[in-house]
Amino acid sequence: MSAQSVLLNETAGGPGRDLNAQALRADARREQLRLLALLSPSLFLVFAIIIVPIGWLFWLSLFDEAGAFSAANYARFFEQASYIKTFVTTFKVAFIVTGACVLLGYPLAYMLSQLPRRAASICLIFVILPFWTSVLVRTYAWLVILQRKGLINSWLIDLGVISQPLSLANNLSGVVIGMTHILLPFLVLPLYASMKTIDTDCLRAGMNLGAGPVATFRQIFFPLSLPGLASGVVIVFVLCLGFFVTPALMGGGKVIMWAMRMEQTTSLYSNWGAGAALGVVLLVVTLALLGLFQWLLGARATGVWSSR
Amino acid sequence: MNRTRSVSVVAVAGLMASLAAPAMAGDTITVASWGGTYQEAQAKAFFKPTADALGITIKEDTTNGLDDVRLQVTGNAVKWDITELGADECARGSKEGLFEKLDYGIIDKSGINPKLVHDDWVGISYTSVVLIYRTDVFGDKGPKTWADFWNVEKFPGRRALSGSQATETLSVAALAEGVPIDKVYPVDIDGALKSVDKIRSHVDAWWTSGAQAMQLVKDGEVDMASIWNGRAGTLKKEGAPVSFSFDQGVLTADCMVIPKGAKNKEAAMKALAMFVSPQLQANLPLYVDNGPANEKAFETGKIPPDRIKDINSSPENVKKQVLQDPEFWRDNLVEATEKFNNLVQQ
Repeated sequence: MSAQSVLLNETAGGPGRDLNAQALRADARREQLRLLALLSPSLFLVFAIIIVPIGWLFWLSLFDEAGAFSAANYARFFEQASYIKTFVTTFKVAFIVTGACVLLGYPLAYMLSQLPRRAASICLIFVILPFWTSVLVRTYAWLVILQRKGLINSWLIDLGVISQPLSLANNLSGVVIGMTHILLPFLVLPLYASMKTIDTDCLRAGMNLGAGPVATFRQIFFPLSLPGLASGVVIVFVLCLGFFVTPALMGGGKVIMWAMRMEQTTSLYSNWGAGAALGVVLLVVTLALLGLFQWLLGARATGVWSSR
Repeated sequence: MNRTRSVSVVAVAGLMASLAAPAMAGDTITVASWGGTYQEAQAKAFFKPTADALGITIKEDTTNGLDDVRLQVTGNAVKWDITELGADECARGSKEGLFEKLDYGIIDKSGINPKLVHDDWVGISYTSVVLIYRTDVFGDKGPKTWADFWNVEKFPGRRALSGSQATETLSVAALAEGVPIDKVYPVDIDGALKSVDKIRSHVDAWWTSGAQAMQLVKDGEVDMASIWNGRAGTLKKEGAPVSFSFDQGVLTADCMVIPKGAKNKEAAMKALAMFVSPQLQANLPLYVDNGPANEKAFETGKIPPDRIKDINSSPENVKKQVLQDPEFWRDNLVEATEKFNNLVQQ
């Protein structure tokens, strides 16, 4: 707005310049319309396959079994203690897994970004490779590794490190390990992409001005990698909230997450509204958290996903 | 295999004559069941002989249960002419009016437990929830009753129970409290929940699928568990060191229905009559561990005598078990499941 008024003041020099500005503005508007026309098919698609069903979901959640308007589907969350517990568990797991992904993924992405191109692409293949294996297969593989008579426990016992097997599967730790493994690439890939775009001249300039490696990293590289980190964190966190297969298999029924609850509630109650309400709650809370996240990190760091 | 098939064809021919059904050659019906080895067994035991005898084509599909039926019926897009469900799902769906009325002039209900014969659904087979334990841990002195399973001092070890089927876990919890098998139903839900509360902290896994229960026992993740008899039988056949019996088992029935608005209702009715007939029912335990719903199947002579003792619904084994009451759970499932979840999720 202010930039525009400055521009207007500057161009207030004469009638010719004014005309020019008008023509430019008209041109810009035409271009915007053209872009909108080009975008309209995809916008329509988004509207038809995302906005409409979500609206429908919300609508369904407002009806009870008999088809009458009611808030019963939401009241249930407070009447039955297990829903709140499930909700807390879901966010607890999401925070832990996201944290683990950051701790493991940041150094990995940093290393990848520093490697020569050829070596980096080979290493990237190893990051992407698990994507080609089904989540189910990977989860079962973790069960084989982590369970009471699994690889890790039998090795540790044979080596005499422990006498009683560790409880690694069928509890929270199993869920966290399995989910971290599956979600790690979702953090590494955007982070790596953003690290690659960091101008090395900035780092050299910092060194040139007397900053040591640590200071260069902390004051230049890390802040510049934040947008990539933020988008990776958001992707991982949101995917965590909707995870089903891994907690269902690795949690031993003791780590119930929201998506598992949706499945159970949908089949337990004879109306879709019961399950729909769970979906609505998750969606609203997730959006609120994302908003909070964006506000906390500021516009610069979040620029990647809320790009203008 | 050939022998059984020729036997069943002859049997079916006899049945056909008694039904005096008009020829319906050319009709196609779609039957949905649970998939996997169970449905493969049903295909051999029920679908193929029925298709041959009636001269119809039976197409197969798989179902996830009552939700699928509700979706099809309320959406006016009924794909199936017959579908299998759990008996408590049948009872619930019946209350919701999702099924066509069955014609017991065509379907002969004799031999089927009256609790599984209703206006719009009929029992088709039985699964049992049984107590399994690992013999490499306990030898042959493992927990035999649910009271043993609940006794953590006498039988130390890791335990798994069903977390997804509150109905089954509450039934065995009642048995663990010493409720006699004929008094379990109607279940004293609060009493059963108190019983679950006692064992809760000693349960290392609450399984949510049959495959998971099997994996937990097979890999030695737990030493004892509640498990479906079909899965238990498979473990034994695979050579896993396990033992189980039908003592204090919980018999849960499956049922079949014709979804409201099915396109080939007439043909479906005749096919369903064949499926529950003693002759075809007797085929089922030849291929899978799920017992026939029609007890007259045991009088056909088709089931080898040494096999009968391993079938959960044989007259001998039925006496040792609790029959899960579908109508009780129709009315109490939601409340009991929510209470169960509140207790188990700590």
